[in-house]
Amino acid sequence: MAEFKDKVALVTGASRGIGRAVALELASRGAFVIVNYAQNEASAKEVLSTIESSGGKGEIRHFDVAKTSTVQDEIGKIGEEFGGLHILVNNAGITRDGLIVRMKEEDWDVVLSVDLKGVFNSTRAAAKIMMKQKYGRIISITSIIGEMGNSGQVNYSAAKAGIIGFTKSAAKELGSRGITVNAVSPGLIETDMTRNLPENIKNKYVEGIPLGRFGTPENVAKVVAFLASDDASYITGEVVRVNGGLYT
Amino acid sequence: MGIQHEQEIVGKVKKMVASQLGKPEDEISLESAFIEDLGADSLDLVELVMAMEDEFGVEISDEDAQRIITVQDAINYVLERRK
Repeated sequence: MAEFKDKVALVTGASRGIGRAVALELASRGAFVIVNYAQNEASAKEVLSTIESSGGKGEIRHFDVAKTSTVQDEIGKIGEEFGGLHILVNNAGITRDGLIVRMKEEDWDVVLSVDLKGVFNSTRAAAKIMMKQKYGRIISITSIIGEMGNSGQVNYSAAKAGIIGFTKSAAKELGSRGITVNAVSPGLIETDMTRNLPENIKNKYVEGIPLGRFGTPENVAKVVAFLASDDASYITGEVVRVNGGLYT
Repeated sequence: MGIQHEQEIVGKVKKMVASQLGKPEDEISLESAFIEDLGADSLDLVELVMAMEDEFGVEISDEDAQRIITVQDAINYVLERRK
């Protein structure tokens, strides 16, 4: 399949989990994928070599989405070097859980900086390129936690809820330039983020999921790829839930 | 950037306006107002401002940008501030 032939895609936080699956999915459909990571170089290299070993193309770019001027520079360079930027997937995210009365200011700040400000930083830089192209697909990964809340995650849920508002506003601003802006809201997905949940908590969650299981990163990646495709050309400002029915 | 001849700047600004707004250059006069006469929307204005910043190496604050109503205003801005 080469539906994304000649398309340049940037996936932030692509070294693991959902970001990794999105990078592999877009590459398998012909996109040139820029694999961004902030911490885990070895994993990023593994993602790129997996892409290349199945005939795909891409490159690795190391930067922290929370650093505004760095993001501006790096994404500007990507646009120049690869002749544009067509698909941006804002996936990078972290958690620093704790009950509100015990949560440290730093834990609030760092989660908001990476998970929400990172989306602003990357989208602003990418939109400048996409406006000139009169084409763009911006897809941000929010979370079921941003929609229904979760004890111990006021920072993460605030950031993820913020992404939803951000997405709707940016969709209104950029629609006239052929740029769609959407969000995908995963439920409980088998990643490093959920792997360490205690077994009894996991089982309790599964009881509440109509489809009776955690989702896979690939389940989410397929929806991201759909929103990046021409099939989704009339969808913007939308939040697509991929949660097995856990929250509707 | 060296000193640019005024006529050259006028020509460049007109060309940028034409390409941004998708209008033939001869429809653009110095008195044309971006919004009222040329049908620009707010995003067009932002794009023009960013293009002028890149082209002429000036920084245009949002406050200043709001005072740029006509093509002549844009040219004057560049002439006053070019480096």
